[in-house]
Amino acid sequence: MLQPFVATPYVDAVLMLSDGTYFLGKGIGKKGTTEGEICFNTGITGYQETLTDPSYFGQIVVFTFPHIGNVGTNSEDNESDKIHCRGIVLRNTITTPSNFRSQLSFDHWLSNQKLVGISGVDTRQLTHHIRIHGPQWAIIVYAQAGECLSLEDVHRSIADKKIELTGDLAQYVTASSPYSWPKKSIQAGSGPAYKLVVIDYGVKHTILNLLAEEGFDITVMPSTVSFSDIMALSPDGVFLSNGPGDPSETGKTAVPVIQHLLDNTIPIFGICLGHQLLALAMGLSTEKMHAGHRGANQPVQEIATGNVFITSQNHGFCVSPKHIPSTVQITYRSLFDQSIEGFCVTNKPAFSVQFHPESSPGPHDTRFLFAAFKTMISTAKKVYA
Amino acid sequence: MPKRTDIHTILLIGAGPIIIGQACEFDYSGTQACTVLKNEGYRVVLVNSNPATIMTDPTLADCTYIEPITAEFLEKIIQKERPDALLPTVGGQTALNVAMALYTSGCLARYGVEMIGATPAAIEKAENRQKFNEAMKRIGLDVPNHAIVRSLDEAKRALSLIGLPAVVRPSFTLGGSGGGIAETEADFMRIVANGLDLSPTQEVLIDESIVGWKEYEMEVVRDKKDNVVIICSIENVDPMGIHTGDSMTVAPALTLTDKEYQVMRNASIAVLREIGVDTGGSNVQFAVNPATGRLIVIEMNPRVSRSSALASKATGYPIAKIAAKLAVGYTLDEILNDITRITPASFEPTIDYIVTKIPRFTFEKFPLSDSVLSTQMKSVGEAMSIGRSFAESLQKGFRSIEKGFSGLSQVLIEGTDPHQSYEANKPAIQKALKRPSHIRMLEIAQAMRMGCPVEDICEWTHFDPWMLEQMALILHVEKSLTENGIPRTKEAMWDVKKMGFSDARIAELAHTTEETIRHIRFELGIHPVFKKVDTCSAEFACETAYLYSTYEGNPYQVSACEAFPTNRNKVIILGGGPNRIGQGIEFDYACVHAAFSLKEEGIETIMINCNPETVSTDYDTSDKLYFEPLTAEDVIEVVLKEQENGSLLGVIVQFGGQTPLKLVKALQSAHIPILGTSPDKLDLAEDRERFKALLDRLQLTQPQNDICHRVSDLDATIQRLGYPVVIRPSNVLGGQAMAILLKASDLDRYILANRDILLDGPILVDKFLENATEIDVDALCDGTDVFVAGIMEHIEEAGVHSGDSACTLPTISLTPAQLQEVTHTTEMLAKEMGVVGLMNVQYAFQDNKLFIIEVNPRASRTVPFVAKATGNSIAKVAAKVMIGKKIRDFSFNKPRPTHYCVKEVVFPFGRFDNTDILLGPEMKSTGEVMGIDTTFEMAFYKAQESAGNPIPKKGCILVTVHDKDKPRILESVRCLASLGFAIAATKGTAQFLQKNGIEAVSVNKEKEGGDHLVDKILLREYQLVVNTSLGEDTAESFSLRRVALLNRIPYVTTARAFYAVVNAISKLNQDPEQMTTMPLQDWINRV
Ligand SMILES: Nc1ncnc2c1ncn2[C@@H]1O[C@H](COP(=O)(O)OP(=O)(O)O)[C@@H](O)[C@H]1O
Ligand SMILES: Nc1ncnc2c1ncn2[C@@H]1O[C@H](COP(=O)(O)OP(=O)(O)O)[C@@H](O)[C@H]1O
Ligand SMILES: [Mg+2]
Ligand SMILES: [Mg+2]
Repeated sequence: MLQPFVATPYVDAVLMLSDGTYFLGKGIGKKGTTEGEICFNTGITGYQETLTDPSYFGQIVVFTFPHIGNVGTNSEDNESDKIHCRGIVLRNTITTPSNFRSQLSFDHWLSNQKLVGISGVDTRQLTHHIRIHGPQWAIIVYAQAGECLSLEDVHRSIADKKIELTGDLAQYVTASSPYSWPKKSIQAGSGPAYKLVVIDYGVKHTILNLLAEEGFDITVMPSTVSFSDIMALSPDGVFLSNGPGDPSETGKTAVPVIQHLLDNTIPIFGICLGHQLLALAMGLSTEKMHAGHRGANQPVQEIATGNVFITSQNHGFCVSPKHIPSTVQITYRSLFDQSIEGFCVTNKPAFSVQFHPESSPGPHDTRFLFAAFKTMISTAKKVYA
Repeated sequence: MPKRTDIHTILLIGAGPIIIGQACEFDYSGTQACTVLKNEGYRVVLVNSNPATIMTDPTLADCTYIEPITAEFLEKIIQKERPDALLPTVGGQTALNVAMALYTSGCLARYGVEMIGATPAAIEKAENRQKFNEAMKRIGLDVPNHAIVRSLDEAKRALSLIGLPAVVRPSFTLGGSGGGIAETEADFMRIVANGLDLSPTQEVLIDESIVGWKEYEMEVVRDKKDNVVIICSIENVDPMGIHTGDSMTVAPALTLTDKEYQVMRNASIAVLREIGVDTGGSNVQFAVNPATGRLIVIEMNPRVSRSSALASKATGYPIAKIAAKLAVGYTLDEILNDITRITPASFEPTIDYIVTKIPRFTFEKFPLSDSVLSTQMKSVGEAMSIGRSFAESLQKGFRSIEKGFSGLSQVLIEGTDPHQSYEANKPAIQKALKRPSHIRMLEIAQAMRMGCPVEDICEWTHFDPWMLEQMALILHVEKSLTENGIPRTKEAMWDVKKMGFSDARIAELAHTTEETIRHIRFELGIHPVFKKVDTCSAEFACETAYLYSTYEGNPYQVSACEAFPTNRNKVIILGGGPNRIGQGIEFDYACVHAAFSLKEEGIETIMINCNPETVSTDYDTSDKLYFEPLTAEDVIEVVLKEQENGSLLGVIVQFGGQTPLKLVKALQSAHIPILGTSPDKLDLAEDRERFKALLDRLQLTQPQNDICHRVSDLDATIQRLGYPVVIRPSNVLGGQAMAILLKASDLDRYILANRDILLDGPILVDKFLENATEIDVDALCDGTDVFVAGIMEHIEEAGVHSGDSACTLPTISLTPAQLQEVTHTTEMLAKEMGVVGLMNVQYAFQDNKLFIIEVNPRASRTVPFVAKATGNSIAKVAAKVMIGKKIRDFSFNKPRPTHYCVKEVVFPFGRFDNTDILLGPEMKSTGEVMGIDTTFEMAFYKAQESAGNPIPKKGCILVTVHDKDKPRILESVRCLASLGFAIAATKGTAQFLQKNGIEAVSVNKEKEGGDHLVDKILLREYQLVVNTSLGEDTAESFSLRRVALLNRIPYVTTARAFYAVVNAISKLNQDPEQMTTMPLQDWINRV
C-alpha cells in the first residue's frame, strides 16, 4: 500500500513507474501531469538538442548528469521546431544559465514549451532501475501546495499500461507537407548539387544542415510519401531519417516504398530509424532493446578497418542479428553490446547506421558519412548508369 | 592488434622527488605502468631517485634503479640493461626531458633503444613552444599573439610587438616554472631572463595576455590506429592567468554548450594528431573568451600529467594504465574497461556527479613571499571531492583540503569592516578580489556575505557567473541557518545537508557543537548514501567498489546505497589527505602497504582518502575505496555503513600522518575501534606532561624545556634555561614559527616577527642542543617485542628539521656503544608506550649524551627509505602486527654494512620569492631522493646529484661562513685546495683561511661594493657556494644565497653538509670509476 503524500515546499511532484516504483521531487517547467515511456540519456552536454530531437517523441527522458540547464537555451541549437519528448527528470534544480549564447533560461524555455518535468530525483537510482527492469510506462504528477496526492491512485492510473504508444509514431512528428531545405553556399569544385529526397520520420535539423553542406539540393517529404511522389522529383538519392518508435510499425507503410527505391537502385542512406527501416526492407527484423542506447559516448567499430568511433546514439530498438541475408554486409558494431550499428547492401547503393553521425549533441567522429553518401551517389551513377 | 613481441625489456623513467608541479601523480602513473608492463610479460627496468614511491618497491619492476635521473646515469643503466624500448611518458616532465637528452646525445641510437609512447619528434613539437604554435596554425587553431625569443635582446623587440601585460612561458618546463605575467618592462626583463635560464632549450614564448578568459583542459587518449577518446573535460574555476595546478577546477566542464564542447573536442583530437602522439594520454589546454566563445589553444603535454591523474580519479578511467598498454601495441578496443569489466576501453567516460579539485597551498611556510597566484604554480598538493551537485562537491572540497575550513568558511577580507555597509567596504573588497589569492573562493563568499553583487565579483575575478550563483545558493542556506539556528526537522536538516554543509559548518552557523548536530541528524535518521564512480553513469553494471557519499533524494524516501558492505572481516585505512610540506607521499606509501599487506591476510581492505594524485586512491589498491574528506563526520559515516555487515576489526590511523591522528578522539567517542597503538598511548606521546613523566621514570633525558603562557614571560624563562633555545608556539600547525634563538636580541626580533601567532597560546621553549648529531629511528613493536628497523644519522646537525636534513643509513659516526644505547632506548620506549605497529624516535647525541627530541607512535616520513635501504617491508609487517600477528612470526634482513643509503631532500625555494634557503627547525622541503652505493661518499654524491644540487668535481668555490663555523670548515677547504680547487672567500673567511695556510682570494661582500660576490655568482664564477649564516647576519648574506639558488649554482649552508660534499669530491678524485650502479633488488640480496 503506497502512502499518500502531501505537497510541501520540498516535494510537490511525483514520478511513478508502472511497476510502482516512485520518486518524489519538485516540479519544473510546466506544472502539470504527463505520461510517457521512461528512458535515460547519459550525455553531459546538449540537453536542448536532445529535447528537440523528434526521436524522443512520447518519452520521459531521465538525464543522468545532475546539472542540466547550466547554459540556458538559444534559438540556434534546436533540432526541430519544438520539444518532442513528454517529460524530463533531473537530479538538481535548474540553475541560472551562464553562456554567451544563452537567450532564455532552461526553466523558462520548458514552461514556454509546456514540458512537464521533475527535479530532485535520485536519477542514478532510477537509471539503475531502468537498466535492470527495462523500459516501462511512467507518469509525472504535480500537486498544488498542501494538496494530498494518493500515490495508490497515481499508480493505478498507469499500472496496466504497458507501453501505450504503439503504432507508427513517425506520423506525429513528420512534416505535414513537402518542403525544401535552404541550400548552403558551397565551395566551387565540390561536385554536383545532387537532388536529395529526405523522408522525414522525425528528422533533425543538423542532419539536414550537414546534407546541405555536402551540396545536396534537399526536399523533405512526409513519412507516408509514396514511391511515385518521390520519383516525381527524380532524386539522385534518398535519405531515410531518424525518428521515434517501433520500426516495424512505421515500416508498414515505409518498407514497401524503400523496397521500391532499392529495386530502382536509388542510392539510400539511413540513420537510426531510417537504418532500421532499411534493414526491414532488406528482410532483416528489428527488436526492442532492454534499456536502449542513449548517450554521446557510445563506441562503434567499423568492421572493415577495426577503427573505433565515438558516437551519439538514441534508440530503443535495434536490428536483430538473426537471418542476415547475403546481400547485407554489417559495417559497424557497438562495442558496448556487439549490436548491429550499420550495414550496407552489397548489390545496391545503400547503407545505413544506427548511430547518429550528425551528432548534435555528441562527437563529430562519424560526420564523414555524409560525404561518403555523396561519394556513393557519384559512384552509383557510374556503376549503375 | 596484439601486443608487440619484438621488444622484451622496457625502461621506465620516474619523475624523481616530489616538487611543486610533480607530485604523487607520477607514482600513481608509474606504478600502473610498471604493473601493466610486467603483467604483459615484459622485463621492466625502472629508474627513479625517489625512494618514497610505491613504484620503486622492489617487487614492482624487475630491476629498480634508485639512481639520479640524469643522462649520465641513465646511459650507464642503458649500457648495463640494454632495454629495447624506453617509455618516457609516465614520469612527468623529468622523464620526458631526460629521454629527450638521451635521444639528442645519440645514446638511444647507440644502444638501439626505441622510444615508445611518444616519439622524440612529437615531444619536440609539443614542448617547443614555437614548433607547437606553428603546428596549431597548420591545423587552423588559434594561439595567442606571440613571439619566441632566445635572448634578452630578442625579448625587448618582442615586447614592442606584444605589449604589456605579457605572459612569459619557457619551453620544456613544468608547473609554469620560469614563467609569469609581466605588468611592467622591468618585470618583463626579469621574468624572461629567469625563463631563458630555466628552459632546457633556452627559449621562451612571449604571449599576449588573455588573463581572465575561461580555461579548460581536455584529457585525451589515442592509440596507434588513430582511435581517439576524450576521457574528461576539466573546467578551471580560476580563469586564465592562474596555473591550472593552482586553480580550483571542476569536472566535467559545466558552462559549455554541446556546440562549444564539440569544437573543443575536435580541436583536442586534431592537436594530438598533428603533434603525432601515437599512443597514450595527453593533456590539451584551451582558453575560451567568455564573451564570444573564441577558442585558443594554450598548450599540450604529450604525456600523462597531474590533470590526467585527476581525470582518472574523476572518471574511473585509468589513463596511465591504458597508456602503458597502448605503448606496447594494443589498441583501445582490445582493452577492457577495468571498472565495468564488460565494456571496452574505447569509449568516453560519462559521469553523473561533479568533481571539484582544490589546491592546497603552504604560504605560511614562506611568510615573506608574495602569496598572489599567477602562471607559476605554487600549490603543494590538492584534494578532490565528489558530489551530486556543485554545491555539495565544493563544500566537500573545502573540508578536504584540511586548512581548517568546514565548508565555505568565513575569512576576513583585509581592510573591510563587517559592520559597515557594502559601499563602505567596496574598495577593500574590490582590491582583495582583484588580487588572486589562494583563498579567493572564500573571499568571494565573504564578499557576497557583505552584500557584494555577483556582477561586481564577475568583473573583478572573471569567475564564471554560474559558479558564483551556486555559491550564492550556498550562502542563502547559510543565512537561514544563521537566522533559524539548528535545523530540527527532517526537512530543514535535509535541505542543509543536500547543499553539502558539514555538521561542523552547521554547528558554526547555528552556534553549537558538531557533536550536537550529528546527534540531531542521527535522531532524524539522515545519512548520506554512497554511490559508485563507474565511468558510465549507471548504464552498465559495475563491479568495482569505488564510492563517494552524497545526500540523495528527499526527506521522505531513502535512496539506494551502492556500498553493499560485505560479511567479511575488514579494516579501514585512513589516508593522508592532500600533500603538504611535512606530510606527503611517504604516508601514502605506508597506507598502500597496509592495504597490500592486509589483503594478503585475507582481510577486506577499505581506503578512505581524498588526494587524487596518489596510489592509495587507485581503486585497484584496496578492495574498496571511499573517496571522501578525512573529517570525523565523513569517516564515521563510512564506518557506520561498513559496520552494517561483516566485522570491522578497526580503523588504522597511524599510517596517514597527522591527518588521521587528529580524528582519533572523535572516532573514539563514536566507539569506533582503533587498530594498533591505543588512543591513550597516542595521547601519551603528544601530551607534554605525561611524556615528561614517562621519560623521568625511564631515566631518559629531554633537552631542558619550559612553557610560557605569556610573551612577557619569555625572557625570564629563556634566561633560566640559557641561550641558545628552540622556541615554538604550541598552537600552530606544522612547526610554523619554530626558531632557534642564540641571544637576547634574537628574541626581540622573533617576537616582532611572530607577534600575532605568539599571542594565540602557550609557547614552548627548549634548550637548544648545539653541535649535536640528530638520529632518526624507525621501529616496529607488537606490544612485547621490538624490531629496530633503521637507525639513521643526520648529516646536518640538530636544529635542522629531520624532514629537511640529509641522512644516512647505516650511520657513519656513531660508536657501537652509541648504537647500542639508541637501540636499547628505542626498545624501552616502544614497550613502555605500548606501541603496536610503527614508531619513530628522534634523538640527538650531544657530547656522547643521548637526548630524546620526540617520539611519534606512527609511521614516519622515513619508513619507505628504511624499507628500501634494508629490504624489510616494515609498513607491511606493521599492518599485520596491528591485527594481531607477532614480530616473532616474521623474518627480517639483518642490517648489513655492505652499502650505504643516503636520503637528501629538495626544496621549493625557487618558486617563492624573498625566501631564504637556510635550513632550520621548521620543515620546508617537498620531497626526497635516495643515493645508494658501497661507500657513504658515493651514496651522498648520488643523492646530491638526484636532488639537483650536483657536486662539482673541479673549479672554484666561494666560502663565506659564520665565525663559529670557520674552524669547522678549515680541513674541508684545505682538502679542496689540495685537490686543485680555487678558493674565493669574503674578507673574514679569507683571512682565517690564509692564516691557516690556505690560499684564498678575497672577494667583496655586496655591501662592500665594487666587483662583489653576488655579481660573480651571477657570472657563474663559482662552482660551489659554501655559506653558513646565523642570527642577524642572515639578512646581509640573503642575496648571495638567493642568487646562487636562482642561478642553480650548487650550494651548501651547513658545515657538516660541506664536510660530506668534500669527502665525496675527494673520494671521486681518488677513483672516478668507483661508483656502483646496481638495481635495488641486487643491493638488498647482496650479503
Ligand atoms: N597568453 C596567456 N595569457 C594569460 N594566461 C596564460 C597565457 N598563457 C598561459 N597562461 C596561464 O599560464 C598557465 C601556465 O601556462 P602553461 O603553458 O600551461 O605552463 P606549463 O607548461 O608549465 O603548465 C596556464 O595554465 C594559464 O592559466
Ligand atoms: N632542543 C633541541 N635542540 C636541537 N634541535 C632541536 C631541538 N628540538 C628540536 N630540534 C630540531 O628541530 C626539529 C623539529 O623538531 P620536532 O620536535 O621534531 O618538530 P616536528 O614535530 O615538526 O617534527 C628536529 O628535527 C631537530 O632538528
Ligand atoms: Mg607544460
Ligand atoms: Mg599547463
